[in-house]
Amino acid sequence: MDWEYVKYYFNWLTGEIRDFLLVANSPGQKIVLAIVVIALFVGVMALLLWLVDRPRNPRGWLVASVFAGPALVLIGFGLVYPAIRTTQSSFYDRTSSVFVGWDNYVRAFSESEFQIVLRNTALWVFLVPILATAIGLIYAVLVDRTRFEKLAKTLVFMPMAISMVGASIIWKFVYDYRQASSPQTGLLNQVLVWIGIEPQQFILSQPWNNFFLIVVMIWIQTGFAMTILSASIRAIPEDIIEAGRLDGLSGIGMFRHITVPSIRPALIVVLTTIAMATLKVFDIVRTMTGGNFGTSVVANEFYTQSFRYNDKGLGATLAVILFVLVIPLVVYNVRQMRKVEEIR
Amino acid sequence: MTTSTPPVTAAPTKAGVQTRATKLRKRLSNPWASLAAVVIAILWTIPTVGLLITSFRPEVDITRNGWWNVLKFWERPTLTLANYDQALFGGQTSLANYFVNTLVVTLPSVVIPISLALLAAYAFAWIDFKGRDILFVAVFALQIVPIQVTLIPLLTQYNQWGLSGTFWPVWLSHSMFALPLAIFLLHNFMKDIPPSLVEAARVDGAGHVKIFFRVLMPLLVPAIASFAIFQFLWVWNDLLVSLTFAGGRPNVAPLTVRIAEMVGTRGSDWFLLSAGAFISMIVPVIVFLSLQRYFVRGMMAGSVKG
Repeated sequence: MDWEYVKYYFNWLTGEIRDFLLVANSPGQKIVLAIVVIALFVGVMALLLWLVDRPRNPRGWLVASVFAGPALVLIGFGLVYPAIRTTQSSFYDRTSSVFVGWDNYVRAFSESEFQIVLRNTALWVFLVPILATAIGLIYAVLVDRTRFEKLAKTLVFMPMAISMVGASIIWKFVYDYRQASSPQTGLLNQVLVWIGIEPQQFILSQPWNNFFLIVVMIWIQTGFAMTILSASIRAIPEDIIEAGRLDGLSGIGMFRHITVPSIRPALIVVLTTIAMATLKVFDIVRTMTGGNFGTSVVANEFYTQSFRYNDKGLGATLAVILFVLVIPLVVYNVRQMRKVEEIR
Repeated sequence: MTTSTPPVTAAPTKAGVQTRATKLRKRLSNPWASLAAVVIAILWTIPTVGLLITSFRPEVDITRNGWWNVLKFWERPTLTLANYDQALFGGQTSLANYFVNTLVVTLPSVVIPISLALLAAYAFAWIDFKGRDILFVAVFALQIVPIQVTLIPLLTQYNQWGLSGTFWPVWLSHSMFALPLAIFLLHNFMKDIPPSLVEAARVDGAGHVKIFFRVLMPLLVPAIASFAIFQFLWVWNDLLVSLTFAGGRPNVAPLTVRIAEMVGTRGSDWFLLSAGAFISMIVPVIVFLSLQRYFVRGMMAGSVKG
């Protein structure tokens, strides 16, 4: 007779819990929710661990599955399954209903619009790693063991801490354009005016605008290159430096014949790591131009096709292309990383 | 890696000190080298300083001329906090709400993956089970999956589960994307711990749970700190994941999404972007500056994600 009541209250209770976990509107509610979710998570994991720890000598697989299981399930659901699905949809049309074979790939490589995207991506992946690494290396050598080393490094390293959205805004203000008749608000155009050149629309004028976007990524990544390379410069054995000195090397000669060859593996790791990050760059293009004015790259075009034009097939194709482009970089990177570690 | 103090600290030989000293003197005596270093440092700093100054200028000044006019002190330039006030609490932008969203997105997205990765890394390092090595290599290899590849199927799935418009898609996604790298790194750190320590605990009758919490965790604090900073900066600064799973939803969208939106519209709140950018940067910069040591160490361990 009370069964209906129990059922009613049970439904009411689960409904309340669900609402609590899903809906949070005021700032206070949101923060409470975040804390509750963390506590809940910790509680559940603690309970599971406590349960498997009971028997004196528990079966290996049971303990292992509590330790590794949750992570593996999430990885399977969040990475493996979607990767397979996306690869699949790249062979279907824009609504994922008609099989079209390689059509999307043919489009992505032949239509002039996408050829610009591929050209831009190549430009980014070529320029950013080389310039960021070169500047980072030179700077690392210059400030190594100077009085202001710490401060000097922090200044260049700082852009790594801020978001690419923030970095893009910083540079948008630098590139800001006003007509020649009025005072400039962007620093770069003001510099042009000071030296007597017409102000330029850096973000609009194709194809040069790509270079001005690339500068932002170089500005961010140089700190990374500097830090890694600075550490490997310090790890160069004393006797090698000594040998170079005895051979009469100094300054640029030392740099070319001793420093660079000694840190070659680290240089390659830095180059490939930056190349991977650059390949996936989305935020800068999205924030600076939204991919307009001939500045789109693969990672941004993926977003545009998938979410603005709702072309799931083409979006998936671009994502897969990105995936395939990353693979050789990763393999090479991992190999070199091993070498660096062996040297250490 | 926990022991990666550069060999430089090993008692330097007399010749070594001399070499370093001569090198040093040569560099300092070269004015061009110093000049180049100063130029790079200025180039890397001035864009940020410029925007910082801009953010304290009144709206009329921002639209009228550039921030360097502040240096003309004889014209008595005005500085104000009005932009911050309006960006944070003004009806149009109300970044304060988005700030809370960012905070709420970030905390679980850092704690959950690190905890799960720690446990998984322990299993891969110290528990014997069938297929362990293959699984570990698979997890390691999955680092290469670009996030873009996963977004649409995940979005479809979240919608089916009725999670859209909540924080859950963002939390789950950030946690999942962080796992392969986190497991790999923490596993490496765990392998660096001498097996004799673990063996000794085992002989004393400690189970895996006890070994994990009593023996390994205290030794892993620096490693956890390194990865936590990485994950924190990554989530706080992320645009792609939050745009996909929380875009256009003021109730859950973080700062980056809102600010990127403000750039896109280029409307009347354009001048507020300067303050907005710094509101979004202040926390990561503080974290970064105070924990830079751990950040660098994590980076050395090969932890760069994109």
